[in-house]
Amino acid sequence: MADTSLWMIVPGNGALSALVLFVIAMPLLYAARGPVHGLVRAVGHLTGGPLKLVSRWLLAAARDMRERNRQVLLAHGREETGQHIAREFERVALLVRRDLEGYPALQRRLLDEITKVEEDYKKCGEVPPPPPEWVEAVEAIGRVKSGNELVQRVLDEINDSIKEIHAKTLADYRNAYEERHKILNGFMPFWRSLDKTLALATEKMTSLNDQAARIDAQIEKYEQIAKGTEKAEHALTVSQLTQFFTATLVLAIAAGGALVNFKLIALPMSEMVGAGDYLTASLRTSDVAALVIIFVEATMGLFLMETLRITHLFPRIRNLSDVMRRRMMWVAFVLLLTLAGIEAALALMRDMLIADKSALLQSLATVPQHQPAADPWLARIPTAGQMLLGFILPFALAFVAIPLESFIGSARTVGGAALVLLARGAAFVLRLAGNLVRNLAKVTITLYDIVIVLPLLIERMWKASSAGKASPAKKPEEEAPALPDKKLSARRGS
Amino acid sequence: MKKRAFLASLPAMGLATSTLGVLLPLLPGCADQRSHAHAVYMLVDTSGTYAQEVDKAQLIVNFLLGSLNPGDSLAVARVRSRSFSEKDIIAKATFDNRPSQANLQKRAFRDQVENFVRTSRGSAYTDITGGLIQGALFLNETGAGKKTILIFSDMQEELDKATLRDFPIDLKNIRVVAVNVVKLKTDNIDPRRYMGRLEDWQKRIVGAGASEWRVINDLEHLDRMLES
Repeated sequence: MADTSLWMIVPGNGALSALVLFVIAMPLLYAARGPVHGLVRAVGHLTGGPLKLVSRWLLAAARDMRERNRQVLLAHGREETGQHIAREFERVALLVRRDLEGYPALQRRLLDEITKVEEDYKKCGEVPPPPPEWVEAVEAIGRVKSGNELVQRVLDEINDSIKEIHAKTLADYRNAYEERHKILNGFMPFWRSLDKTLALATEKMTSLNDQAARIDAQIEKYEQIAKGTEKAEHALTVSQLTQFFTATLVLAIAAGGALVNFKLIALPMSEMVGAGDYLTASLRTSDVAALVIIFVEATMGLFLMETLRITHLFPRIRNLSDVMRRRMMWVAFVLLLTLAGIEAALALMRDMLIADKSALLQSLATVPQHQPAADPWLARIPTAGQMLLGFILPFALAFVAIPLESFIGSARTVGGAALVLLARGAAFVLRLAGNLVRNLAKVTITLYDIVIVLPLLIERMWKASSAGKASPAKKPEEEAPALPDKKLSARRGS
Repeated sequence: MKKRAFLASLPAMGLATSTLGVLLPLLPGCADQRSHAHAVYMLVDTSGTYAQEVDKAQLIVNFLLGSLNPGDSLAVARVRSRSFSEKDIIAKATFDNRPSQANLQKRAFRDQVENFVRTSRGSAYTDITGGLIQGALFLNETGAGKKTILIFSDMQEELDKATLRDFPIDLKNIRVVAVNVVKLKTDNIDPRRYMGRLEDWQKRIVGAGASEWRVINDLEHLDRMLES
């Protein structure tokens, strides 16, 4: 062990030794003051300068990235909203074609019904009974003075005739009313039909109105995006974030499905490619083969979704002619169907292999295990379930293409935003570190001056006395030698 | 033009067929060349009083059959007066890579061992060293990545005068496990004999370059040994 008491000038008295050493060192430290200050300042600048530079560069890069992200986001939003608007227009066109195409026929039907109603209305107008021609004759006879028998008889005859005619006229009048009531009764189906037709027209118009309102909203959104407003950008960012998390969740669920699928076919694949071959120390060839089959199924699903125009990941497929696209869709579907069939067969084989292994282990067991015979139908349920799962899972995996597209699309925005945040955070930390280093240099310089405060005081007093002799009106700033250094360092620090 | 478009779309479709048609057959070609198989050579002592323990040996063989995977190898040989001979191998098999075929082989193996247990007779001497040399030869021939010799014996070697076994043997990269090392009557009188016997074997086997030497008397610990 090294002797630590060698530095002690006064043996056994550490404090006194230190004091003596300090006093000896003080003039040396005072003499080295200028170079030491310069060194500390240089170290501060050497460290702080690059940190500040990198911080500025990171901030500039973050600004650029943010701008690029913004452009991409807005372009994506424009494309998406454009597609949405186009789809809405397609819907409106369909609506117009489907509903309003028959509008002239509807109008003609309405006019016909109205004409018919008008005609019937005219028919049912009340026809006043014709004034009896004999009224004037009765009036003339009425003016003849009474007492004349002839007149009396004529009047009686007339009375009889009137009664007869009245009865006849009344009957005619009643018949006419009955006829009109019948006509009016016949109005009812027309009115109902008219009411129904009008309601239908109103409904169609309302639906069209709703579509128009939706298009208006989308157009407004599109305009906002085209203008590149903060509101539109924020809305798009939120939408992308939501899409990202939703797609991640769905992909995680799909990964679970793929894992179940893998478990179903990994064992029987060892029957096909061998169980003893390894690709790496722990990765069996049969496991990789099973994984390849699952990935191929997912790829086929991707192509199927692409050719169905549900996803738009491959421009080459999107730009294919309809005939080619349809052919490709059928090819992908047939391959997927074949793979699903293979998986169902593999699932069955898995069940058989497990049963065989179980029988072997049972025969190797020390104590024979007599299991009660299970109901054959019950025993078949797991087998059937495995086969069904093996057949369905490839098709279920095919739908992964949809969340995958959302994930890829939104990952650009989310990743970009995360990078910007990271760059800004790093810039802040570097800036902070640079400032700390520069201020640490200043603190070190001040501490150094505190250590050699005695020689500095002596120097100041000496300078003050010599300056007082030469020019008593000199400013105090010029008296202290340390002040210009401080000023310089403060200027450099800023 | 349409034909061209269809041809242009074929590479995309070809991805699937190529993966299945080309990649799968190629997979074994680019496989890890190191062997991951496990080869086990089991020596069953049939000499003297230990012959009555043979039933337990069958349990161990059954356990091994249940534990070994397709591609692994297993051989069971008896320890007699002179055991350095292929004739002493009762049953041996390298299990097929296909699980179904491997299961069939295991059933046949079990039957062979069962037959041996029924018909086995005791021998006058115990040549464990000869069995070890024969086992090492068998294991090295299999080319397995993991090699184990199980010695089902009391580890009391007794050789006739004509048999020479006092020379160095080679057990490089082989794990040797003594199973069911029962105590002899003399061991009960002086346990140092038992300890000394095991120590001697340890020195000899480790000196022969074995990767590990272990004694397992509780058969329940055998599974842990095989897993490691």
